[in-house]
Amino acid sequence: MKEMLLLLVSTALVNNVVLSQFLGICPFLGVSKKTKTAVGMGSAVIFVVTVASAVASLIYNFILVPCELEYMKTIVFIAVIAALVQLVEMILKKFIPSLYKALGVYLPLITTNCCVLGVALLNVQNNYNFLESIVNGFGTSVGFCISIVLMSGIRERTENNDIPHVLKGSPILLITAGLMAIAFCGFAGLI
Amino acid sequence: MNKCTERLYNGLVKENPTLVLMLGMCPTLAVTTSAFNGLGMGLSTTAVLVMSNLMISALRKIIPDKVRMPAFIVIVASFVTIVELLVKGFLPSLNESLGIYIPLIVVNCIILGRAEAYASKNPVLPSIFDGIGMGLGFTCSLTVIGLIRELIGAGTIFGAHVLPDGYEPFSIFVMAPGAFFVLAILTAVQNKLKLKSATNGDAPQATSTLACGGNCAECVGETCTKNRMMIEQKLDEAAAKKGDVKAVNKNAFPETAGDKTGSEGGNR
Repeated sequence: MKEMLLLLVSTALVNNVVLSQFLGICPFLGVSKKTKTAVGMGSAVIFVVTVASAVASLIYNFILVPCELEYMKTIVFIAVIAALVQLVEMILKKFIPSLYKALGVYLPLITTNCCVLGVALLNVQNNYNFLESIVNGFGTSVGFCISIVLMSGIRERTENNDIPHVLKGSPILLITAGLMAIAFCGFAGLI
Repeated sequence: MNKCTERLYNGLVKENPTLVLMLGMCPTLAVTTSAFNGLGMGLSTTAVLVMSNLMISALRKIIPDKVRMPAFIVIVASFVTIVELLVKGFLPSLNESLGIYIPLIVVNCIILGRAEAYASKNPVLPSIFDGIGMGLGFTCSLTVIGLIRELIGAGTIFGAHVLPDGYEPFSIFVMAPGAFFVLAILTAVQNKLKLKSATNGDAPQATSTLACGGNCAECVGETCTKNRMMIEQKLDEAAAKKGDVKAVNKNAFPETAGDKTGSEGGNR
Protein backbone atom coordinates (compact mmCIF):
# COMPACT_ATOMS: atom_id res chain seq x y z
CA MET A 1 0.00 0.00 0.00
CA LYS A 2 2.81 2.34 0.98
CA GLU A 3 4.62 1.71 -2.30
CA MET A 4 1.44 2.48 -4.23
CA LEU A 5 1.04 5.81 -2.44
CA LEU A 6 4.68 6.67 -3.09
CA LEU A 7 4.27 5.77 -6.75
CA LEU A 8 1.18 7.94 -6.97
CA VAL A 9 2.90 10.99 -5.46
CA SER A 10 6.08 10.54 -7.45
CA THR A 11 4.26 10.25 -10.79
CA ALA A 12 1.79 13.03 -10.12
CA LEU A 13 4.15 15.63 -8.63
CA VAL A 14 7.84 14.74 -8.64
CA ASN A 15 8.12 13.33 -12.16
CA ASN A 16 5.30 15.43 -13.54
CA VAL A 17 4.48 14.12 -16.97
CA VAL A 18 4.34 17.52 -18.69
CA LEU A 19 6.84 19.60 -16.82
CA SER A 20 9.65 17.12 -16.31
CA GLN A 21 9.06 14.36 -18.85
CA PHE A 22 7.67 16.48 -21.69
CA LEU A 23 4.85 14.18 -22.69
CA GLY A 24 1.64 15.79 -23.88
CA ILE A 25 3.11 19.23 -24.54
CA CYS A 26 0.77 19.86 -27.48
CA PRO A 27 -2.49 19.81 -25.49
CA PHE A 28 -0.71 21.48 -22.58
CA LEU A 29 0.07 24.50 -24.76
CA GLY A 30 -2.97 24.29 -27.03
CA VAL A 31 -5.95 23.46 -24.83
CA SER A 32 -4.98 25.60 -21.84
CA LYS A 33 -6.62 28.85 -22.97
CA LYS A 34 -9.58 28.55 -20.60
CA THR A 35 -9.86 26.79 -17.27
CA LYS A 36 -13.11 25.12 -18.27
CA THR A 37 -11.69 23.41 -21.33
CA ALA A 38 -8.51 22.57 -19.42
CA VAL A 39 -10.54 20.78 -16.75
CA GLY A 40 -12.44 18.88 -19.46
CA MET A 41 -9.25 17.86 -21.23
CA GLY A 42 -7.57 16.93 -17.94
CA SER A 43 -10.41 14.70 -16.80
CA ALA A 44 -10.66 13.04 -20.22
CA VAL A 45 -6.94 12.29 -20.03
CA ILE A 46 -7.28 10.83 -16.51
CA PHE A 47 -10.06 8.58 -17.74
CA VAL A 48 -8.36 7.39 -20.92
CA VAL A 49 -4.83 6.98 -19.56
CA THR A 50 -6.00 4.92 -16.58
CA VAL A 51 -8.10 2.61 -18.76
CA ALA A 52 -5.43 2.44 -21.47
CA SER A 53 -2.60 1.55 -19.09
CA ALA A 54 -4.72 -1.23 -17.57
CA VAL A 55 -5.60 -2.68 -20.98
CA ALA A 56 -2.08 -2.28 -22.34
CA SER A 57 -0.61 -3.98 -19.28
CA LEU A 58 -3.02 -6.93 -19.65
CA ILE A 59 -2.25 -7.30 -23.34
CA TYR A 60 1.49 -7.08 -22.84
CA ASN A 61 1.67 -9.57 -19.96
CA PHE A 62 -0.86 -12.10 -21.21
CA ILE A 63 -0.53 -11.96 -25.00
CA LEU A 64 2.76 -10.42 -26.08
CA VAL A 65 5.07 -11.98 -23.48
CA PRO A 66 3.81 -15.60 -23.83
CA CYS A 67 4.03 -15.29 -27.62
CA GLU A 68 7.48 -13.65 -27.44
CA LEU A 69 6.27 -10.68 -29.44
CA GLU A 70 7.62 -7.97 -27.13
CA TYR A 71 9.15 -6.06 -30.04
CA MET A 72 5.65 -5.53 -31.47
CA LYS A 73 4.61 -3.46 -28.46
CA THR A 74 4.68 -0.07 -30.19
CA ILE A 75 2.35 -1.14 -33.01
CA VAL A 76 0.06 -3.12 -30.72
CA PHE A 77 -0.21 -0.35 -28.12
CA ILE A 78 -1.01 2.41 -30.59
CA ALA A 79 -3.65 0.28 -32.29
CA VAL A 80 -5.16 -0.75 -28.96
CA ILE A 81 -5.24 2.82 -27.71
CA ALA A 82 -6.89 4.11 -30.89
CA ALA A 83 -9.51 1.37 -30.76
CA LEU A 84 -10.03 1.87 -27.04
CA VAL A 85 -10.69 5.57 -27.41
CA GLN A 86 -13.30 4.87 -30.09
CA LEU A 87 -14.89 2.24 -27.89
CA VAL A 88 -14.93 4.45 -24.81
CA GLU A 89 -16.49 7.19 -26.90
CA MET A 90 -19.28 4.91 -28.13
CA ILE A 91 -19.97 3.47 -24.68
CA LEU A 92 -20.12 6.92 -23.11
CA LYS A 93 -22.38 8.20 -25.86
CA LYS A 94 -24.79 5.32 -25.33
CA PHE A 95 -24.81 4.90 -21.57
CA ILE A 96 -23.53 8.06 -19.86
CA PRO A 97 -24.56 10.93 -22.16
CA SER A 98 -23.83 13.58 -19.51
CA LEU A 99 -20.22 12.48 -19.20
CA TYR A 100 -19.99 12.21 -22.98
CA LYS A 101 -21.13 15.80 -23.31
CA ALA A 102 -18.45 16.95 -20.88
CA LEU A 103 -15.56 14.91 -22.29
CA GLY A 104 -16.71 14.07 -25.81
CA VAL A 105 -14.82 16.73 -27.71
CA TYR A 106 -11.53 15.86 -26.08
CA LEU A 107 -11.68 12.08 -26.45
CA PRO A 108 -10.61 11.82 -30.11
CA LEU A 109 -7.86 14.37 -29.47
CA ILE A 110 -6.28 12.01 -27.00
CA THR A 111 -5.52 9.06 -29.30
CA THR A 112 -2.23 10.45 -30.48
CA ASN A 113 -1.48 12.37 -27.30
CA CYS A 114 1.97 11.10 -26.52
CA CYS A 115 1.31 10.74 -22.81
CA VAL A 116 -1.11 7.81 -23.34
CA LEU A 117 1.38 5.77 -25.37
CA GLY A 118 4.22 7.06 -23.20
CA VAL A 119 2.65 5.77 -19.99
CA ALA A 120 1.91 2.37 -21.56
CA LEU A 121 5.54 2.09 -22.68
CA LEU A 122 6.91 3.30 -19.34
CA ASN A 123 4.86 0.64 -17.54
CA VAL A 124 6.50 -2.01 -19.69
CA GLN A 125 9.96 -0.49 -19.33
CA ASN A 126 9.73 -0.40 -15.54
CA ASN A 127 8.27 -3.93 -15.34
CA TYR A 128 5.19 -2.77 -13.47
CA ASN A 129 2.56 -5.39 -12.71
CA PHE A 130 -1.13 -4.87 -13.46
CA LEU A 131 -1.95 -2.93 -10.29
CA GLU A 132 1.18 -0.78 -10.42
CA SER A 133 0.43 0.02 -14.06
CA ILE A 134 -3.02 1.33 -13.15
CA VAL A 135 -1.63 3.41 -10.28
CA ASN A 136 1.13 4.74 -12.51
CA GLY A 137 -1.35 5.62 -15.25
CA PHE A 138 -3.70 7.31 -12.81
CA GLY A 139 -0.91 9.25 -11.08
CA THR A 140 0.61 10.39 -14.35
CA SER A 141 -2.68 11.63 -15.70
CA VAL A 142 -3.53 13.40 -12.45
CA GLY A 143 -0.18 15.15 -12.83
CA PHE A 144 -1.17 16.16 -16.36
CA CYS A 145 -4.51 17.44 -15.12
CA ILE A 146 -2.89 19.47 -12.32
CA SER A 147 -0.39 21.13 -14.62
CA ILE A 148 -2.85 21.94 -17.43
CA VAL A 149 -5.39 23.43 -14.99
CA LEU A 150 -2.69 25.52 -13.27
CA MET A 151 -1.43 26.66 -16.64
CA SER A 152 -4.90 27.71 -17.80
CA GLY A 153 -5.44 29.66 -14.57
CA ILE A 154 -2.21 31.56 -15.11
CA ARG A 155 -3.05 32.17 -18.76
CA GLU A 156 -6.47 33.59 -17.93
CA ARG A 157 -4.82 36.04 -15.58
CA THR A 158 -2.00 37.11 -17.87
CA GLU A 159 -4.24 37.40 -20.92
CA ASN A 160 -4.82 41.15 -20.62
CA ASN A 161 -1.49 42.02 -19.02
CA ASP A 162 0.91 44.44 -20.62
CA ILE A 163 3.45 42.02 -22.07
CA PRO A 164 6.40 43.24 -24.17
CA HIS A 165 5.48 42.88 -27.82
CA VAL A 166 8.18 40.33 -28.67
CA LEU A 167 7.07 38.01 -25.88
CA LYS A 168 3.40 37.90 -26.89
CA GLY A 169 2.00 34.51 -27.84
CA SER A 170 4.17 31.44 -27.44
CA PRO A 171 7.27 32.97 -25.80
CA ILE A 172 5.44 34.09 -22.65
CA LEU A 173 3.62 30.77 -22.59
CA LEU A 174 6.90 28.85 -22.71
CA ILE A 175 8.48 31.08 -20.06
CA THR A 176 5.48 30.46 -17.80
CA ALA A 177 5.86 26.74 -18.37
CA GLY A 178 9.56 27.01 -17.56
CA LEU A 179 8.84 28.78 -14.27
CA MET A 180 6.24 26.15 -13.42
CA ALA A 181 8.82 23.47 -14.18
CA ILE A 182 11.25 25.12 -11.73
CA ALA A 183 8.50 25.13 -9.11
CA PHE A 184 7.79 21.46 -9.72
CA CYS A 185 11.52 20.72 -9.32
CA GLY A 186 10.92 21.66 -5.69
CA PHE A 187 8.82 18.52 -5.27
CA ALA A 188 11.97 16.45 -5.78
CA GLY A 189 12.68 16.68 -2.04
CA LEU A 190 9.27 15.20 -1.25
CA ILE A 191 10.32 11.56 -1.53
CA MET B 1 12.99 25.71 -59.16
CA ASN B 2 13.01 21.94 -59.51
CA LYS B 3 10.20 20.29 -57.57
CA CYS B 4 12.52 18.13 -55.47
CA THR B 5 14.86 20.94 -54.43
CA GLU B 6 11.78 23.07 -53.75
CA ARG B 7 10.58 20.38 -51.31
CA LEU B 8 13.96 20.39 -49.55
CA TYR B 9 13.93 24.19 -49.23
CA ASN B 10 10.34 24.08 -48.03
CA GLY B 11 11.15 21.61 -45.25
CA LEU B 12 14.39 23.21 -44.15
CA VAL B 13 13.43 26.89 -44.22
CA LYS B 14 9.95 27.87 -45.35
CA GLU B 15 7.93 25.39 -43.31
CA ASN B 16 10.54 24.29 -40.80
CA PRO B 17 8.53 21.93 -38.60
CA THR B 18 9.96 23.02 -35.25
CA LEU B 19 10.66 26.71 -35.62
CA VAL B 20 7.92 27.77 -38.05
CA LEU B 21 5.09 25.27 -37.65
CA MET B 22 5.82 24.43 -33.99
CA LEU B 23 5.06 20.74 -34.49
CA GLY B 24 6.48 17.82 -32.55
CA MET B 25 7.14 19.81 -29.40
CA CYS B 26 7.51 16.82 -27.08
CA PRO B 27 10.75 15.38 -28.53
CA THR B 28 12.00 18.91 -29.24
CA LEU B 29 11.89 19.78 -25.56
CA ALA B 30 12.68 16.39 -24.11
CA VAL B 31 15.75 15.09 -25.88
CA THR B 32 17.70 18.27 -26.60
CA THR B 33 19.79 18.06 -23.44
CA SER B 34 22.87 17.76 -25.68
CA ALA B 35 23.62 18.39 -29.35
CA PHE B 36 24.36 14.71 -29.95
CA ASN B 37 20.98 13.61 -28.55
CA GLY B 38 19.22 16.20 -30.69
CA LEU B 39 21.08 15.01 -33.78
CA GLY B 40 20.30 11.36 -33.02
CA MET B 41 16.62 12.03 -32.43
CA GLY B 42 16.41 14.19 -35.57
CA LEU B 43 18.03 11.55 -37.76
CA SER B 44 15.85 8.74 -36.38
CA THR B 45 12.76 10.83 -37.07
CA THR B 46 14.05 11.65 -40.57
CA ALA B 47 14.53 7.96 -41.33
CA VAL B 48 10.97 7.16 -40.23
CA LEU B 49 9.58 10.18 -42.07
CA VAL B 50 11.25 9.33 -45.38
CA MET B 51 10.26 5.66 -45.25
CA SER B 52 6.67 6.34 -44.20
CA ASN B 53 6.26 9.08 -46.83
CA LEU B 54 7.56 6.65 -49.47
CA MET B 55 5.22 3.87 -48.37
CA ILE B 56 2.13 6.05 -47.92
CA SER B 57 2.69 7.79 -51.23
CA ALA B 58 3.13 4.43 -52.99
CA LEU B 59 -0.05 3.08 -51.40
CA ARG B 60 -2.08 6.27 -51.68
CA LYS B 61 -4.42 4.87 -54.36
CA ILE B 62 -4.94 1.58 -52.54
CA ILE B 63 -5.74 2.83 -49.03
CA PRO B 64 -9.47 3.65 -48.76
CA ASP B 65 -10.13 7.19 -47.62
CA LYS B 66 -12.18 6.20 -44.58
CA VAL B 67 -9.49 4.10 -42.92
CA ARG B 68 -6.51 6.17 -43.99
CA MET B 69 -5.58 7.37 -40.49
CA PRO B 70 -5.39 3.90 -38.90
CA ALA B 71 -3.50 2.69 -41.98
CA PHE B 72 -1.01 5.56 -41.72
CA ILE B 73 -0.51 4.92 -38.02
CA VAL B 74 0.23 1.23 -38.58
CA ILE B 75 2.70 2.03 -41.39
CA VAL B 76 4.47 4.62 -39.24
CA ALA B 77 4.52 2.29 -36.23
CA SER B 78 6.16 -0.47 -38.27
CA PHE B 79 8.96 1.81 -39.41
CA VAL B 80 9.41 3.15 -35.89
CA THR B 81 9.83 -0.41 -34.63
CA ILE B 82 12.49 -1.04 -37.28
CA VAL B 83 14.36 2.15 -36.36
CA GLU B 84 14.03 1.31 -32.66
CA LEU B 85 15.59 -2.13 -33.16
CA LEU B 86 18.39 -0.68 -35.33
CA VAL B 87 19.26 2.01 -32.77
CA LYS B 88 19.16 -0.57 -29.98
CA GLY B 89 21.50 -2.82 -31.93
CA PHE B 90 24.03 -0.36 -33.27
CA LEU B 91 23.90 2.72 -31.01
CA PRO B 92 23.13 1.41 -27.50
CA SER B 93 24.34 4.63 -25.84
CA LEU B 94 21.94 6.74 -27.91
CA ASN B 95 19.14 4.30 -27.14
CA GLU B 96 19.92 4.73 -23.45
CA SER B 97 19.70 8.52 -23.54
CA LEU B 98 16.63 8.77 -25.81
CA GLY B 99 14.71 6.06 -23.96
CA ILE B 100 10.99 5.94 -24.68
CA TYR B 101 11.17 8.91 -27.03
CA ILE B 102 12.18 6.61 -29.89
CA PRO B 103 8.96 4.55 -29.82
CA LEU B 104 7.10 7.82 -29.26
CA ILE B 105 8.11 8.95 -32.77
CA VAL B 106 4.85 7.20 -33.76
CA VAL B 107 2.78 9.99 -32.25
CA ASN B 108 4.99 12.80 -33.53
CA CYS B 109 2.64 15.26 -35.23
CA ILE B 110 5.16 15.94 -38.00
CA ILE B 111 5.01 12.43 -39.43
CA LEU B 112 1.23 12.06 -39.53
CA GLY B 113 0.93 15.69 -40.59
CA ARG B 114 3.16 15.16 -43.63
CA ALA B 115 1.47 11.87 -44.46
CA GLU B 116 -1.91 13.56 -44.45
CA ALA B 117 -0.93 16.88 -46.00
CA TYR B 118 1.56 15.76 -48.64
CA ALA B 119 2.41 12.08 -49.11
CA SER B 120 -1.19 10.92 -49.49
CA LYS B 121 -1.73 13.32 -52.40
CA ASN B 122 1.57 13.34 -54.30
CA PRO B 123 3.76 10.94 -56.29
CA VAL B 124 6.55 8.94 -54.67
CA LEU B 125 9.66 10.96 -55.59
CA PRO B 126 8.50 14.40 -54.35
CA SER B 127 7.13 12.71 -51.21
CA ILE B 128 10.55 11.22 -50.47
CA PHE B 129 12.16 14.64 -50.89
CA ASP B 130 9.43 16.18 -48.75
CA GLY B 131 10.33 13.66 -46.05
CA ILE B 132 14.04 14.41 -46.37
CA GLY B 133 13.45 18.18 -46.27
CA MET B 134 11.11 18.09 -43.29
CA GLY B 135 13.34 15.59 -41.50
CA LEU B 136 16.46 17.68 -42.03
CA GLY B 137 14.60 20.81 -40.91
CA PHE B 138 13.64 18.98 -37.73
CA THR B 139 17.18 17.62 -37.26
CA CYS B 140 18.78 21.05 -37.72
CA SER B 141 16.49 22.79 -35.25
CA LEU B 142 16.90 20.01 -32.69
CA THR B 143 20.67 20.12 -33.05
CA VAL B 144 20.72 23.91 -32.67
CA ILE B 145 18.54 23.81 -29.54
CA GLY B 146 20.72 20.98 -28.20
CA LEU B 147 23.88 22.99 -28.92
CA ILE B 148 22.58 26.05 -27.06
CA ARG B 149 21.45 24.01 -24.06
CA GLU B 150 24.66 22.00 -23.93
CA LEU B 151 26.87 25.08 -24.28
CA ILE B 152 25.15 27.09 -21.55
CA GLY B 153 24.24 24.16 -19.32
CA ALA B 154 27.44 22.15 -19.41
CA GLY B 155 30.00 24.30 -21.25
CA THR B 156 30.59 21.67 -23.93
CA ILE B 157 29.79 21.17 -27.63
CA PHE B 158 29.26 17.56 -28.76
CA GLY B 159 30.96 16.51 -25.51
CA ALA B 160 34.13 18.58 -26.08
CA HIS B 161 34.98 21.32 -23.57
CA VAL B 162 34.99 24.71 -25.28
CA LEU B 163 34.47 27.22 -22.50
CA PRO B 164 37.29 28.10 -20.05
CA ASP B 165 37.53 26.17 -16.81
CA GLY B 166 36.44 29.18 -14.79
CA TYR B 167 33.00 29.04 -16.42
CA GLU B 168 30.32 27.95 -14.00
CA PRO B 169 27.70 26.05 -16.02
CA PHE B 170 24.05 27.02 -15.58
CA SER B 171 22.93 23.47 -14.99
CA ILE B 172 19.28 24.54 -15.12
CA PHE B 173 19.60 24.71 -18.89
CA VAL B 174 20.15 20.97 -19.23
CA MET B 175 17.30 20.33 -16.80
CA ALA B 176 13.61 20.46 -17.70
CA PRO B 177 12.96 24.23 -17.26
CA GLY B 178 15.88 25.12 -19.56
CA ALA B 179 14.12 23.48 -22.50
CA PHE B 180 11.18 25.84 -22.14
CA PHE B 181 13.41 28.90 -21.74
CA VAL B 182 15.57 28.19 -24.79
CA LEU B 183 12.52 27.63 -26.98
CA ALA B 184 10.89 30.76 -25.53
CA ILE B 185 13.95 32.81 -26.47
CA LEU B 186 14.08 31.36 -29.98
CA THR B 187 10.40 32.13 -30.61
CA ALA B 188 10.83 35.62 -29.12
CA VAL B 189 13.66 36.25 -31.60
CA GLN B 190 11.37 35.12 -34.41
CA ASN B 191 8.72 37.54 -33.17
CA LYS B 192 11.25 40.35 -32.94
CA LEU B 193 12.51 39.80 -36.49
CA LYS B 194 8.92 39.37 -37.68
CA LEU B 195 9.76 36.01 -39.23
CA LYS B 196 6.98 33.72 -40.29
CA SER B 197 6.05 31.48 -37.39
CA ALA B 198 3.10 29.72 -35.82
CA THR B 199 3.67 31.96 -32.80
CA ASN B 200 2.54 35.12 -34.55
CA GLY B 201 -0.02 33.48 -36.78
CA ASP B 202 2.00 33.88 -39.97
CA ALA B 203 2.78 30.22 -40.49
CA PRO B 204 1.52 28.72 -43.74
CA GLN B 205 -1.86 27.18 -43.04
CA ALA B 206 -2.47 23.46 -43.29
CA THR B 207 -4.02 22.59 -46.62
CA SER B 208 -6.34 19.80 -45.60
CA THR B 209 -9.76 20.97 -44.44
CA LEU B 210 -11.24 17.79 -43.03
CA ALA B 211 -8.23 16.81 -40.96
CA CYS B 212 -6.55 19.50 -38.92
CA GLY B 213 -3.18 19.01 -40.63
CA GLY B 214 -1.48 18.46 -37.32
CA ASN B 215 -1.57 22.02 -36.08
CA CYS B 216 -1.48 21.13 -32.39
CA ALA B 217 -0.53 24.59 -31.17
CA GLU B 218 -3.75 26.14 -32.38
CA CYS B 219 -5.95 23.19 -31.54
CA VAL B 220 -8.61 23.47 -28.86
CA GLY B 221 -10.67 20.65 -30.26
CA GLU B 222 -12.56 22.95 -32.59
CA THR B 223 -11.49 21.11 -35.72
CA CYS B 224 -12.75 17.84 -34.29
CA THR B 225 -16.10 19.35 -33.42
CA LYS B 226 -16.37 21.06 -36.77
CA ASN B 227 -15.47 17.91 -38.69
CA ARG B 228 -17.90 15.90 -36.66
CA MET B 229 -20.71 18.39 -37.24
CA MET B 230 -19.89 18.43 -40.95
CA ILE B 231 -19.99 14.65 -41.16
CA GLU B 232 -23.17 14.39 -39.13
CA GLN B 233 -24.79 17.01 -41.30
CA LYS B 234 -23.81 15.12 -44.44
CA LEU B 235 -25.13 11.90 -42.99
CA ASP B 236 -28.35 13.63 -42.01
CA GLU B 237 -28.78 14.91 -45.53
CA ALA B 238 -28.10 11.45 -46.92
CA ALA B 239 -30.56 9.96 -44.48
CA ALA B 240 -33.19 12.56 -45.31
CA LYS B 241 -32.91 11.57 -48.95
CA LYS B 242 -33.35 7.91 -48.19
CA GLY B 243 -36.42 8.51 -46.06
CA ASP B 244 -37.38 8.99 -42.47
CA VAL B 245 -37.06 5.36 -41.39
CA LYS B 246 -33.32 5.38 -41.93
CA ALA B 247 -32.95 8.63 -40.05
CA VAL B 248 -34.55 7.11 -36.95
CA ASN B 249 -32.21 4.13 -37.19
CA LYS B 250 -29.24 6.47 -37.41
CA ASN B 251 -30.15 8.10 -34.15
CA ALA B 252 -30.39 4.76 -32.40
CA PHE B 253 -27.00 3.57 -33.67
CA PRO B 254 -24.26 6.19 -33.79
CA GLU B 255 -22.70 6.12 -37.24
CA THR B 256 -19.41 4.32 -36.74
CA ALA B 257 -17.72 4.89 -40.05
CA GLY B 258 -18.43 8.58 -40.32
CA ASP B 259 -17.59 9.20 -36.70
CA LYS B 260 -14.30 7.43 -37.11
CA THR B 261 -13.13 9.55 -40.00
CA GLY B 262 -14.06 12.72 -38.20
CA SER B 263 -12.42 11.92 -34.95
CA GLU B 264 -9.35 10.26 -36.45
CA GLY B 265 -8.90 13.20 -38.72
CA GLY B 266 -8.72 15.68 -35.92
CA ASN B 267 -6.83 13.89 -33.25
CA ARG B 268 -3.31 14.99 -33.77
